[in-house]
Formats: sequence, C-alpha cells, structure tokens
Amino acid sequence: MKNPIITLKNQPKISASYSVVGHLEKEGPLGNLFDEYSDNDKFGKDTWEKAESEMQLRAVKGAIKRSGLNEYEIDLLLAGDLLNQCVSSSYAITNFDIPYLGIYGACSTCAEGLGLGACLCDSKIIDSCCAVTSSHYCSSERQFRFPLEYGGQRTPTAQWTATGSGAFVIGNEGKTKVTEVLFGKAIDKGITDINNMGAAMAPSAIDTIVRYFTNSEHSPDYFDKIITGDLGFEGSEILKDLLLGNGIDITKNHMDCGLMLFDKEKQDVHAGGSGCGCSAVVMAADIIPKLESGELKNVLFLGTGALMSPMTLFQGGSIPAICHLVHLSSE
Amino acid sequence: MDIFIKYLFAFIIGGALCTVAQILIDKTKLTPARILVIYVCAGVFLTAINIYEPLVELAGAGATVPLTGFGRLIANGVKKAVDEKGLLGALTGGLSATAGGIAASIVFGFIASLIFSSKPKK
Amino acid sequence: MLSIINLYLVKLFSKGCDILKKQEYIEYVEKRAKRSPILKNCFFAFTVGGTICIIGQLLIDLYTYLGINKEDSGTLTSITLIFTSCLLTGLGVFDNIARVAGAGTLVPITGFANAVSSQAIDTKSEGYVLGVGAKIFTIAGPVIVYAVLSGTLYGVIYYICTLIWG
Repeated sequence: MKNPIITLKNQPKISASYSVVGHLEKEGPLGNLFDEYSDNDKFGKDTWEKAESEMQLRAVKGAIKRSGLNEYEIDLLLAGDLLNQCVSSSYAITNFDIPYLGIYGACSTCAEGLGLGACLCDSKIIDSCCAVTSSHYCSSERQFRFPLEYGGQRTPTAQWTATGSGAFVIGNEGKTKVTEVLFGKAIDKGITDINNMGAAMAPSAIDTIVRYFTNSEHSPDYFDKIITGDLGFEGSEILKDLLLGNGIDITKNHMDCGLMLFDKEKQDVHAGGSGCGCSAVVMAADIIPKLESGELKNVLFLGTGALMSPMTLFQGGSIPAICHLVHLSSE
Repeated sequence: MDIFIKYLFAFIIGGALCTVAQILIDKTKLTPARILVIYVCAGVFLTAINIYEPLVELAGAGATVPLTGFGRLIANGVKKAVDEKGLLGALTGGLSATAGGIAASIVFGFIASLIFSSKPKK
Repeated sequence: MLSIINLYLVKLFSKGCDILKKQEYIEYVEKRAKRSPILKNCFFAFTVGGTICIIGQLLIDLYTYLGINKEDSGTLTSITLIFTSCLLTGLGVFDNIARVAGAGTLVPITGFANAVSSQAIDTKSEGYVLGVGAKIFTIAGPVIVYAVLSGTLYGVIYYICTLIWG
C-alpha cells in the first residue's frame, strides 16, 4: 500500500501572500492584519460579481509584487471561487498574461490551490505559481440563498460567507515550506441542511485527519496549530468530539479560520465564517506571516469545502464535502 | 371600549398567526416559502368552510393582513364570480379580487429596483 | 512487512470511518445542533406581527373614516402596507427588522412585498427584462401559484355544489 501522503522532497516555499477583505472582516479580530479592504464591499465596482473579481485582481497583483517576481516569471495561476463557472476568477485573471487553471473545491479551494501549486513546483514542472481564491458575501448570498434585502432569519448553525480574497505565490524563495500534501476524498454523510454546513464538512475533515495521522510519523502534538478552513463553531465541535472518540486529540492546538475571522459574540455571524475567501485571508494575513517570523514552526492546514449547488439541494440531495490537507513548516 | 377590543383582537389574532408560523419554522424542516404556501391554501380552505369569515369579523386586520387573508380574498372572489358567471368565475374570480395587492407589489417592487440598489449587511 | 501493517491500518481506518454510519451521524448532528431560540423568536414574531396588524386596522379605519367603502379600504390598506414594505426594503431596513421579527414580518402581506421588492432590487444588475422582469417572483411566485390553484379548485367544487343543491 502506497502512502497516500504526498511528501514534497524539494519543499517549495510560499514566497508571498496578500489579502483583500470587506468591511465586516476588517472590523473583526484580525482586522489590522489585512493588506487591503473596502468600506462598502464594492471595491469601486457596480455589481457584487465584479467586486469579487476586483478583490482577486488586487490580491494577485499584491502577492506578485510582494514576492519580488515579475509577472512573466509566474508560470501558472491557480484560481477558484464560489460562483457558477468560477467567473470571479476567470474575469480577474484576464488581466494577467499568465496561463490559468480554474479550480473548484468550494471553501477548500484555498488548500486545493496551495497543495496543487506546491506539487507542481515540487516536481519542477514549473518554477513558480500563484494560487488565489475569493468569496464575496453579497455575490454568494445571491447565488446560494436569498436576495440581500430579503428579510429572513438564520439558524444558529448557519455560517456567514466571508468577503475576501487571498493570494499566495509559491516558488523557490521564502521561509515557509510546503512539506506534505494530502488530497481529500469526497465524503457524503447525508446532511441536507444548508444551514449546518459545518456538520456536512466535519466528516471529510475527520477522514483526512485520520488518514494523515495513520500514515504520518507525526502526532497531533507535533503541530503548533491544526487549522481547519471554515468548519465554523458547529463543525469544529463535531470534529474535535468525534476525533477524540477515534483516539486523536487535537483540542489543544485546533483553530478554525471561520472562528478566527469574526468575533462570534460581537458580530452577528452565527456559527462563524465560511467561503473560499475565509481560509485564504486568514492564512495569508495571519498564519503565513507567523510562519515566516518563526512564531509558528509546523502548521497543518485543512481546507474543508461543501460541494453542493442550490439545485441539487432542491432535488433533495445531501451535501458532499471534501477536505484537503497541507503541511506547512517554517525554516 | 369597543374600539379597544377590536384592536386588541387584531393584535392577538394577527400575532398568533405569526407565532404559529414561527413555531413551524423553528421546529420543523419547513422553509419559509412552504409555510407561506400552506398559509395561503389554508386561508382559501378555511374561508371555503366558513370558519375564516367569523375570525375576520372578530379581529379585522388581525385576520386580513396575514397571508391567510390573501387566501380569503381569493376564495371570496372566486365564490362571488362563480355566483355571477358560473364555472368561468372559478378562473377569473381569484386574481381579480387580489389584483390590487399583486399589482401594487409589482409596481412598487419595480420602482424600488429603479431607485435603490442592494447593500451589504452591517 | 511495513506494507502489511499499513494495509492493516488502512483496514482499521476504514472500519473507523464506518463508525460514522450515515443515519447515526445525521441523528448525532441533529441532536447536538443548537436550536433557534424559539421562545424569543415567538415573542418577537407575536409582537411585531400583532403590531403590523394593528397598523393595518388603523389604516382600514382611517380609509373608512375618509368615506371609502369597506372592500376598497381593505385593498388600500394592503397597498399601503406593501408600499411601506417596499420602501423599507429599498432603504435596507426591512431585513434588519425581519432578522429579529422572523415570521412576524414574513406572514403579514409585508413579507410578500419584501420577497418581491428584494428580488427586484437584487436582480437589476442582470437588466430590467431578464433580471427584474423574469425573476421578480422567484420567491413570492409560489404563493400566487398555489393561491390561484386552490382558489380555482374551490371555485369548481363550489360550482358543482351550486348545481346539486341549487
């Protein structure tokens, strides 16, 4: 049996990261860490979809500039978002003269892009690439739920799509190494409630974590932080609870991007943030800089995504989920 | 005093109809859209079997403003039209009776879309 | 040797994963999910819903006082409430009230008007014909569809009854 964990022998580095957020994220606990923000979430555009594209555009530009590379030195762009046909990415990416692969993994897209980009760089197929993801509360609310002005109530387990975009340049320079990648399997445990996506995604995170620790030499204690990308409050609790039942204790070092981005008590976001942008901006603005400064040594990043569409839900389908794992370590 | 009682009943019956819907939202898996459909159909049904009209006598707007009142308008309109025109009235009565509300929603909704644009939540 | 152990672990894991049986997991999730604060929600639904009905009654009495007949003052009341609801929706106030009031703003005609106008405002970026025109009833449409269907059914039954019993 082959070890499912992909060990990156050449250890590609994350050379630069850049984050762009909306006003709610700016008001949140990590507010002063972000590179750019918009007061009205519009980023000077007239529609929410264009605003989301603009966020990605700014994030990619910022990350490339910060990496010290020229645009032509980036061999590949890996971009994804939540909208149908990944339009935010596609429109943003037309501004660059870089080959582009669109990826979709719902809220796990950030981890998918990082993992895939690192694998490609590790194999020396390419020298450097840029991974970017975004989500916008207003555009995804329109697509997945109701119009913005519609008067509805949310249940306590509902998550709040974050407005933000995070970009990462992966290359040979930098202090943050990508050492291991484990891609997830699509797991469906029959949850149909769109207002409890944490519960829908938790089993996929459990699957990936158990697969990782059964095949890895490391124990959970080896990591300074085990970071899940937006399970929210409900999903995080389920994850910790069920993993303990399976003999894996991550309660000490577990963190969730959805819970870090917003102040659950002060901001009316119910179970916490979600969306491709949520984990991307938390990683880009908080975790990667801490790895670079050496404050964190080893971080396990697990991007979780719920892979449904409103149509399949109306047809009575349940929510499949996926979780990709990326092991980051500091020099 | 009569006026006070009328307003009291409007408050209680109207509030009660909303509370029942709230319980349905929180306790069952019914989405708001389904609950509204149930309310409208219930309004038609209860009017048809002559239960809703006494409630309107008692509570006034408490019974006509909730969506069950919309169903009542439909049922009463259909009944009146069938009395006048026969079977054709089954098709024409309902929408004629509610035309004001539906047209107002379309017109004001459209005007709102001309003037306003959507805002992010605070 | 290592591969055999590995295989065993994989098997063990797949067993471990089986601990999460679909049905059991769904029950586990439902049991632990925090419920909506139903008492608080019902309180606000009751008071806000009741207040909207009182406003409705005030309007009916006002229009009747102005000499408008009973039926028309009822219609005018609906129209006034619909107008107010559309205005509050456009100003971005309605959703904030509804977040607290829940069914209190949903069940009165205000909820219907909000469903129409919020959809209209939201879809105008797709144009006034294919956006607003085509999608204005996306949320409120089912109410009209089933109101007409049940009304027609009632009309047919009523017609048959009048034929039988005159």
